[in-house]
Amino acid sequence: MTPIRRRSAGILAATLALATLATACGGSDSTTSSSAADTTAKEAATTTAKRPEVTGTLAASGATFPKAFYEVMIADFKKAQPKATVTYAGGGSGKGRTDLQNQVVDFAGTDGLVKDADKPNYKGGEFFYIPTVAAPITVSYNLDGVDKLNLSSDTIAKIFQRQIKTWDDPAIVAENPDAKAKLTGNITVARRSDGSGTTENFTKFLVKASPTAWNLKSGSTVEWPADTQAGNGNAGVAQIVKDTKGAIGYVDLADAKATGLKRALVKNKAGKFVAPSLEGATASLEGITLNADLSYDPLWADGDKAYPITAPTWIMVYATQTDKVKGETVKEFLHYMLTDGQKVASSVDFAPLPASVIEKALAQLDKIRIPA
Amino acid sequence: MDAPLDFRGKAGIADRLFGFAALAAGTIVLVALGTIAFTTTRRAWPALDAMGFDFITSTRWAPNDEVFGAGAFVYGTLVTSTIALVLAVPVSIGIALFTTQVAPPRWRKPIVYVVDLLAVIPSVVFGLWGILVFSKQVLPVYELLHGWFGGIPVIGALFGETGSGRNFMTAGIVLAVMITPIITSLSREVMDTCPTTDREGAYALGATRWEMIRGAVLPHSRNGLVGAVMLGLGRAMGETIAVALVIGSTVGVSANLFAAGDALPARIANEWGEAEGNWRAALVGLAVALFVITIIVNLAATAVVQRTGERGGRR
Repeated sequence: MTPIRRRSAGILAATLALATLATACGGSDSTTSSSAADTTAKEAATTTAKRPEVTGTLAASGATFPKAFYEVMIADFKKAQPKATVTYAGGGSGKGRTDLQNQVVDFAGTDGLVKDADKPNYKGGEFFYIPTVAAPITVSYNLDGVDKLNLSSDTIAKIFQRQIKTWDDPAIVAENPDAKAKLTGNITVARRSDGSGTTENFTKFLVKASPTAWNLKSGSTVEWPADTQAGNGNAGVAQIVKDTKGAIGYVDLADAKATGLKRALVKNKAGKFVAPSLEGATASLEGITLNADLSYDPLWADGDKAYPITAPTWIMVYATQTDKVKGETVKEFLHYMLTDGQKVASSVDFAPLPASVIEKALAQLDKIRIPA
Repeated sequence: MDAPLDFRGKAGIADRLFGFAALAAGTIVLVALGTIAFTTTRRAWPALDAMGFDFITSTRWAPNDEVFGAGAFVYGTLVTSTIALVLAVPVSIGIALFTTQVAPPRWRKPIVYVVDLLAVIPSVVFGLWGILVFSKQVLPVYELLHGWFGGIPVIGALFGETGSGRNFMTAGIVLAVMITPIITSLSREVMDTCPTTDREGAYALGATRWEMIRGAVLPHSRNGLVGAVMLGLGRAMGETIAVALVIGSTVGVSANLFAAGDALPARIANEWGEAEGNWRAALVGLAVALFVITIIVNLAATAVVQRTGERGGRR
């Protein structure tokens, strides 16, 4: 099994890289990081304290959703701690969790939480969730002349279940009376071909927001109707939407922007239609309840400005480290991500966490036990 | 320093060493195969145990309901491999015959070179070509075929509606392009071994070129050709990434060749990263299924070769 798995994983990664390159060439919006600059001054206090030097080499794998952010973190951390090395291999949340279970990696990225039944499988014992960033998942579409599209979760559910097959369906028109004339043609639904945390969070949102209309349940892959189109990765789905008139698909904000897709406004819990943005994601995070293990659910959050499809992501790390050097490096890396790292998150289309969450995450970091 | 030429003692040792080495090499293959079969089955066991025989017969694959039926993927693997063989075998054998029997000697090298070059292109390149170029441009052709044959009873079912360019047919065609160089180059080697005396003999009896090929070259190379086709089929059934990109990744069994589906290795590649627990075990189960199917197909091919060989002998 191992050689097949390694080969396919490597090739998949190469495919994704190539596909991302291809779409990136298609033109991209410029991302403004002015908000990041604003917060720099405020948080300068936390960074002036001299951090201890660490020298460990860390291996990690897991969720691909936050990988772009983690890669920036790893590069920046290398500048701050030249003797430490971190690699994040991606591969998916399931791979990350399995690798952490078997102690193959020093920490793992995950978009979902561990089921209670799986917890005894973790050979290193108790583990912590450290929230890192969050990001909106867009509902992107390709429809000439319609620059503003409002969709409620019920309508999204029916579209993705192929119950609504044309753009002039009364349910869509009712939400977009101004665009009535332009709402024509058949709908093509684009979804992921691979298992994905993006699919998991998108379907969780539908389960939460439209429990009666949505009946495909949630998961990193679900039983999509046969006449939906599958694309590999966010870039693959974005490509289908871009190439197909009348297409609609769920894509993370970074890829939707890079591909130049139009993004629907989604009705939130407060009844407002909100465009996918980092501000919308941050607004969702402000209303969350943080559980004791630092898990939280920013989907379908309260608040007028909250964008309802905001996906969380965590890094999982064992509470008791077995290696002093590695343990210190993990702690330092996560500390970096939660302090300096938060300022650059928006430059790669991820929403930084609210100060209250950061505070608790840092407190959790302090609880990591390192052998003397 | 003039030692007498006596090989007996040394030859004895060398012979035994060689015999031992050959035995070891042969055993290693069997041990490796056995180990792979054992470990994969063991890791797949939780899912196989939970699903029972439904694992192969069911066509419902719902990880979030812990239902794992590989039927649709087995079907997809068989369909795409069949399409690939139907398209690639005649072309490959044609190219092999052309280069060994028909083409002027100075043409042979460039043709052989180009065909072999096709074999070294990584499968991901075929996959990307398939998804970014071929699957889009071939769509009008599919629609044309649907228009021509769609109305005919029975056959029409194969040429149904086209949703997108990512379907069984596209996967089969991409696979055909990938396996053509393998079948071609093996067939060529086999045909080259046909003794000149056989060929000259056929000509001497007044055979035309085609009669010579049919009477001397093809019977002589039959076993080798079947072997070549089997290797091609092996690659087609095991191909992962090119198929994963162009087959459409949909769980479904449809006679329509223009419908999206999925194949065993493609599904493993697509879901491995997110899978845990029984889901992961079920994906390993798909690998076991692929393993078993490959063995069955190879055994069947061997049986076919033996039977036709006997009949040929009696002729």
